[in-house]
Amino acid sequence: MHIVVCIKQVPDSAQIRVHPVTNTIMRQGVPAIINPYDLFAIEAALALKDQLGGKVTVLTMGPPQAEAALKKALSYGCDDAVLVTDKLFAGSDTLATSYVLASAIRTLDQENPVDLVLTGKQTIDGDTAQVGPGIARRLKLELLTYVSRIVRVDPAARSIRVERRAEGGVQVLETRLPALITMLEGSNEIRFGSAPDLFRAARAQVRRWDRNAAGIEDITKVGLKGSPTIVSRVFVPSSRARKALQIGFDPANPEVATQALLDKLLAEFPKVKKELDNKRAAAGERHE
Amino acid sequence: MTQNIEKFDVIVVGAGPAGNAAAYTLAKAGKKVLQLERGEYPGSKNVQGAILYADALEQLIPDFRDSAPLERQVIEQRLWVMEDESYVGATFRSDRFNQMPGNRYTIIRARFDKWFSEQVQKAGALVICEMTVIALLRDESGKVIGVEVDRKDGKIYADTVILADGVNSLVASRAGLRQDIKPAAVALAVKETVFLPRETVEARFNLKGSEGVVIEMLGSISQGMAGTAFLYTNKDSISVGIGCMLSDMKAQNTTPAELLEKLKTHPSVAPLIAGGETREYAAHLIPEGGYKALPGLYGEGWLLVGDSAGFVNAVHREGSNLAMISGRLAAETLLELGEKGLPSSAANLARYKARLEDSIVLKDLKKYRNIPETLDSQRQFLTDYPALLNDAAHEFFTVDGRDKASKEKAIFNAFRERRSLLGLLGDAYRLWRATR
Ligand SMILES: Cc1cc2nc3c(=O)[nH]c(=O)nc-3n(C[C@H](O)[C@H](O)[C@H](O)COP(=O)(O)OP(=O)(O)OC[C@H]3O[C@@H](n4cnc5c(N)ncnc54)[C@H](O)[C@@H]3O)c2cc1C
Repeated sequence: MHIVVCIKQVPDSAQIRVHPVTNTIMRQGVPAIINPYDLFAIEAALALKDQLGGKVTVLTMGPPQAEAALKKALSYGCDDAVLVTDKLFAGSDTLATSYVLASAIRTLDQENPVDLVLTGKQTIDGDTAQVGPGIARRLKLELLTYVSRIVRVDPAARSIRVERRAEGGVQVLETRLPALITMLEGSNEIRFGSAPDLFRAARAQVRRWDRNAAGIEDITKVGLKGSPTIVSRVFVPSSRARKALQIGFDPANPEVATQALLDKLLAEFPKVKKELDNKRAAAGERHE
Repeated sequence: MTQNIEKFDVIVVGAGPAGNAAAYTLAKAGKKVLQLERGEYPGSKNVQGAILYADALEQLIPDFRDSAPLERQVIEQRLWVMEDESYVGATFRSDRFNQMPGNRYTIIRARFDKWFSEQVQKAGALVICEMTVIALLRDESGKVIGVEVDRKDGKIYADTVILADGVNSLVASRAGLRQDIKPAAVALAVKETVFLPRETVEARFNLKGSEGVVIEMLGSISQGMAGTAFLYTNKDSISVGIGCMLSDMKAQNTTPAELLEKLKTHPSVAPLIAGGETREYAAHLIPEGGYKALPGLYGEGWLLVGDSAGFVNAVHREGSNLAMISGRLAAETLLELGEKGLPSSAANLARYKARLEDSIVLKDLKKYRNIPETLDSQRQFLTDYPALLNDAAHEFFTVDGRDKASKEKAIFNAFRERRSLLGLLGDAYRLWRATR
């Protein structure tokens, strides 16, 4: 099995603050981390390697500093790391990024055929969830998004079965390899690498690919030029914090308290009330 | 399957100033050095904002000013003796002192430690973060031969282990190399970084370019406990903090957070930090037991450097410089042994202690060896005198109907009432003794 995990280095958004006076984002001292959703993809890949053997390659497109994220991934136990970095890539949107990563994966595939590509379900700094599907489309990989569990991979039969979180339940899906999976949060917990893994990561040479090494064919498709997305405005949403409501409660009389709570809630959300009333009416009709 | 990690000449535990100085010196001399740090990166665990004394670093990296992340060169030192609503202060600002190259700088430790670690890595040491040393490995004779870390297959061997793991040095305590620190030998300090626009910092402190100010404070702000407070200017932030002996805090049942809140609302401090956004609250212990509280500094195969050895001069708020000097001296001792082909036995490592005795590390700690006890038993230095001084200034500067001679007499009487004539003389003597 050769599994490629695409990760992104992002600023730790939990530590980003907006300056109260100037309203600008204060990035100073905010540490860069691996996009938290990508950790689930890394762990899923490592678990598959534990089970089936093979190799896990981590891949990222980013500035030279992104090497730290790749080294971190190696310290969890990934085998190989590739940083695709080129000044031309600056300003790439999701379309351009998926083009670059798809080209790099194609190059990796020539070295060692790729069976599975994993990513997080989205990034915390872009929140688009577009890059994974973009890669799958370009490489004609089977696409499985929002996967909560990889049930089984059968390398001989070239098949994979996963559980996918969907509205209203869990879908069990099976498809062929090669495939691309975007992993849902909470699906696993990243491991604590062993001492030898950390030594290996500390000494590892992360491979750096520029546009040529990555096999980019059309440079008009990368960077700002290749990015049709326009960010028209960035603003700080006004805070939605509201005071908590307090409702009196008599422990001897839970029904009354529940009713009071419901009344308050329904008064707050008239749409829900209307729906409930309609349902009730419909149910009532049936009873008659 | 266990994978073996190869053996090193030296393992340095901790990547603060002490560990970095040791690892840098050894790696530069071609030793095979492994440095382990429990934080996510060097500096991530270290209290923000501090004074860097240039000399100790200059001895290691003479051109550090070209690349180190320095915040401001300290060109003005203020000392404030405080009462609840006032202070009496002294200021030192001198063109002679402020000539380049500077003698002291404000730094943000997280950034500085990271930079220092990069120099260590460039010098050739292998630095691994997020690895916590949990125990020392020993051979049958009891000699330390390596460390064990908190990860699978985590036994790593070396000829010598340098413990630079800071004030708590759990490793040393657990291995029985030193006792747990006593509350009376350690201060608990809290510190906050208050962010303000650069221009505001410069306007409030009358600074230009990269000039900076340090204010040291003592008096009523420590509520009778042995302690001091400080305020430093960084580029676009201000570090403000206070530290008191842990034993005092316990006795008075105060928390450092309460002390800091009070300090920040003091009428002399509040306007300096007004309107800023507070980030990076941190609490940290400082070993302040001084010379008399020092543990054994070396043994079979191991050495203690920096805070883990208790090298802090509380009176002058010097810690990181003593850490760097002791780290360098430990490294130089090992290099000397290496040249002579001698093993890291306790007898040979005694040379480390001799080097320390010869440096400001032990010379200064020895000079101030009686300070902790004096302050502990003679609280008037922290309570009566600051109050008297402020009252005296109030009296002295109030121009009213009374003549100057009567004013001076009133001031003197106030001192005598509170401390008695003999008490005053005794205090002068005690203070003189404590600093001999
Ligand atoms: C609030 C405050 C203000 C101060 N201001 C000043 C100042 O202005 N000027 C000054 O010179 N000094 C100052 N000091 C003192 C100074 O910070 C210390 O003396 C100095 O940091 C000591 O350096 P060190 O390398 O010995 O220890 P540290 O800087 O504490 O570094 C120890 C390192 O070891 C790591 N570590 C600990 N245990 C383990 C383990 N088991 N395994 C792996 N790694 C481990 C820690 O994560 C840490 O990075 C101040 C201290 C405080 C608390």
